[in-house]
Formats: sequence, structure tokens, C-alpha cells
Amino acid sequence: MLVLIGVLLVVVGFALRLNPLVVVTVAGIVTGLLGGLSPMKILDAFGNGFAGSRSVTLFIIVLPVIGLIERFGLQEQARRLIAKLGVLTTGRLLTLYQLIRQVTAALGLNSIGGPAQAVRPLIYPMAEGAAARRYGSVPPTMAEKIKGYAASADTVGVFFGEDIFVAIGSILLITGFVDSTYGLKLDALHVALWAIPTAICAFVIHGARLLWLDRQLDRMARELAPKQADAEVPQP
Amino acid sequence: MIKVEWFYWLCGLIFLGVAALTVGDRSNPKRYGSAAFWGLLGVSFGYGTFVVHKTAPAWPLGIGVLVMAALVGTRQLSRGTAGGPDDAQRRAGADRFGSLLFVPALVIPAVAVLFAAVLVKVRIGATPLLEAGSETLIGLGVAAIVAVAVGLVMLRPTAAAGGVLAPMREGRRLLEAIGWAAVLPQMLATLGQLFTAAGVGTAVGTVTNHVLPHGSLIGGVVVYCLGMALFTIIMGNAFAAFPIMTAAIGWPILIQQFHGNPAAVFAIGMLAGFCGTLCTPMAANFNLVPAALLEMRSKYGPIKAQIPTAIPLLLCNMALMYVFAFGVVG
Repeated sequence: MLVLIGVLLVVVGFALRLNPLVVVTVAGIVTGLLGGLSPMKILDAFGNGFAGSRSVTLFIIVLPVIGLIERFGLQEQARRLIAKLGVLTTGRLLTLYQLIRQVTAALGLNSIGGPAQAVRPLIYPMAEGAAARRYGSVPPTMAEKIKGYAASADTVGVFFGEDIFVAIGSILLITGFVDSTYGLKLDALHVALWAIPTAICAFVIHGARLLWLDRQLDRMARELAPKQADAEVPQP
Repeated sequence: MIKVEWFYWLCGLIFLGVAALTVGDRSNPKRYGSAAFWGLLGVSFGYGTFVVHKTAPAWPLGIGVLVMAALVGTRQLSRGTAGGPDDAQRRAGADRFGSLLFVPALVIPAVAVLFAAVLVKVRIGATPLLEAGSETLIGLGVAAIVAVAVGLVMLRPTAAAGGVLAPMREGRRLLEAIGWAAVLPQMLATLGQLFTAAGVGTAVGTVTNHVLPHGSLIGGVVVYCLGMALFTIIMGNAFAAFPIMTAAIGWPILIQQFHGNPAAVFAIGMLAGFCGTLCTPMAANFNLVPAALLEMRSKYGPIKAQIPTAIPLLLCNMALMYVFAFGVVG
């Protein structure tokens, strides 16, 4: 039971808004010590864990090209393009992106989207451009909201799409674990098929919330507008 | 055979390039500490190859990782003030290149799909062209290289913009914006392994056993799904939660006692865990890294946007499991 102190440390650390990297490192060391690992074993665990999980950081490999085309106005062009597509509001655009992300992930094409290669260079600027067309300008609070929703469209899309693809890690983990532990012979295809109802629910719930975002932005724009109008007429 | 390790080395080189540019960046108030951080990260990516292949001890890398965390904890990691392109530059670029600017961006998914769908099946003699299990990662790596080449040929950055080194300069700008969040996902993976090694999973399983509703199907479904979500929030990863919750409830109660359909119970149980992933800063690569990439003021912005979806979706998973996995319908 003592090892649960490590979990507690993480929760408290995050709640106090300490630097997450430091919180996680300290929690790891404390958990290791409480679990009876020697300092040498703990160092080994940090080394092995880091080396074995380099794949989650591989996304940085696309940053040079994304940065390059940003310098030449990619985001500006994304905004201009969306300005011509009047039917695509911020919410509709993000709903459409979530649908594309879910369907492609279900086909095993996970790397088609992602925060580094799609959301930052393309999806967010287009979502912001759609808002700029509708409201004239996008104040920082609205931009922050759009950023959060743009990231969420990507994440919800890939999470609840990828499990429909048979050869994805989570399906292989399920079949691998229960087959070896309980002697079942689960068909990966059946497991994948049972991910479809949840995928539909995810699209309906999050898609509706993305569409609702347009209303929220309307309200934010209305609330922010009068203040600006006041500020703009200082003299009679 | 194309190996994924090649691309980790390329990542390492990118980090070392960032370190080299950072040392000379006088606008960065902590340029030496920052360069040490990126340099260590670069070296770690190369050294990691030997750790994975068990040809080098892991503890030196462990020390390196702790030093990186210490640099962050003592506020030695900072960024330069030389910002990105200004509005005039962006407008000029967009005027000049128009929608051609999308080409390098679209090369990435195009090449990635080519690898994931076509080249994954290619064999040279008996060996596959791509290292098994890493096809998607390799596709992303090759796509990034092709996209840089296309971008350089198309845009021809001037010497003032860095020439052929322009991608390195611009990539550094984005990496500096991400900062320490770039290594958090790997640190969390390590924490997960330490949790497992120290027996956190079994401890949580024991706690769960005490709150188990014996003899109630709906209670079992609720505790299994909720447990998957909560455990995932703690561990940051549904994969870590699945074996524990399944051993505690999924198998003994939902399958053995109530004869649920295993495929449906386990598939939906895993997705209940994914609802937890949407809510937790422990899943840094999905929740904190995007916030850093989008340069959000609040690192928790994406989580705030996701929690109101995660809660009803978790309830949907409970309902779906109850209705479909136990013959209540059909």
C-alpha cells in the first residue's frame, strides 16, 4: 500500500501546478525507493524507460518542415483559403476534421493527422481564420478556446477511430493479454468491431460539442464587443 | 531493411543542432543550461539505441535523464526572444506561393500513407523492407525528410533566412516553444514502468477488490468502466490499466460470473479507459504537448475541452457494455 504514495505525489504535484517534469521524476524515484528498488535499479529503470519510449517523441521530426513553411506564410494561406469557404464555420470545420481523423484512423492511417503535422500548421489556422471572417477579429480568449477545441478534435478522432483497426496496439494488447492469461482465443476482428458503437457515440457527442462551439464563440464575441466599442470612442 | 533506429538518430541530430544554435543565441538568458538540455536529449536518443539492444548499460542514460529534469527544475531551460516570422513576411510568402505552400505539408500524410498501406507489404528476399512493428514510425520519418526536401526546392530560402539550414532554424523555434514538454511523455512512460515494478498496480487492484459489488451485473459493469477510466487518469495510459482491472473485475466477474461476451467486454472496457486518457495531464503526448505546440496560455486547455466529452462517453460505454455484452438485447 505504501507504494501508492507515488500516485499521491503526482496528484498533489499537478494540483499545486508544480513543473510536471519535476513532479513525475520525483514520484518515480520515491516509488522506486518505496518499492524496494536499489538506487542503481532506479537509474536503470529511468534509462530503460527513456530508451524504450523514444517513439512518442518521434513527432518532432516533422517540426523543421512545418517551421519552414510557416515562415513562408502557411498559416496565413490557410486563413485566406478558409475565408473563401463561407459555409465552413469554426465548429463545422473542426467537426469535419474529427470525422476525417476518425475514419482514416479506423483504416490504420494514424499518422495522417496529429498536433504537429496537422493541427498547428493547418487545422488551427483555418479554424481561427473562419472565426476571423465571422467576427472581424479573434481576441486571445477566443483564440485560446479554439486552440483547445482544435487539439481535442484531433485527439478524440484518433482515439475512437484507431480501435476499429485490427492491427492497432490496443487491440493486440487485449487479445495478447486475455489469450495468454485466460487461454481464450479472441478474434482481433471481433474486438475491433465492438469498438464501432463507442466510435459512433464519440462522433455524435464531440461533434455536437464542436458545432456548439460556434454558439459559444458568438456569445464570447458579443460579450467582448461592447468593451472594445467603449474603448474606441474616448472623445465625443 | 529500413530501421526505426535511423530515425531516432535523426531526432538526436535535430536536438544536437538545436543545442548548437542555442549556445550562440545571446537573446536566450539561459543559453548554456538550455544548450545542455537539448544536447543531453540529443545524445540520449543515440545512446538509447545501445540500451535497447542491451549492448550498453542503462544507468548512464538514467543519470542523463535525471540531469535533464534537474536542469528544468532549476529553471536552466529557457528560450531566445528572436521570434518567428513577422506578419509582413508571412503575407509576402502567402502572396508569392499561394496554395503551393500546402504541398510540403500534404507530402507528410501522402508519404506516411504510402508506407503504412503499400510499402509495409514489400519484401526484399525474405526480409521485409520496413522493420516489423515500426512501419508507421518509419513512414512518418521518411515523410518528414521528403517534405523538407520538397520545401527547400520549392521555397528556396535565402541565405538571410538560413539557406538549407532554414528548416533547422525554424524547427528550433517550434521545439523551444514546446520546451520541457518534449520529454515529459517519455518520463511518464518511465514512471509507468516504475509504478508497475514497485507494485502500484497490484495495490490499486487490492483496493478495487474491496469496493467490488458482488452479485450485481450493473455494479460490475460500472466499476470495471469507471476503474479503467480512473486508473488510466492515474497512470496516463489505458494499456497499464487494462491488465489490472481485467484481472480484478473484467475476467472473474463480468466473464466468469455473468458470462459476458469477452470481445465486447474487453473492447468497450479499453475504450472506457480512453475516456480517462482524455482527462489526464499524465497522458502528456496527447494533452500537454498539443497545448505547447499551439502555444496556449493554459497547458490544460485541451483537457478542459475534452472532459465534457469524456464523461458522457464513459456513461455511453457503460450502457453499451451492459446492453450488448450480456445478451440484454439480441
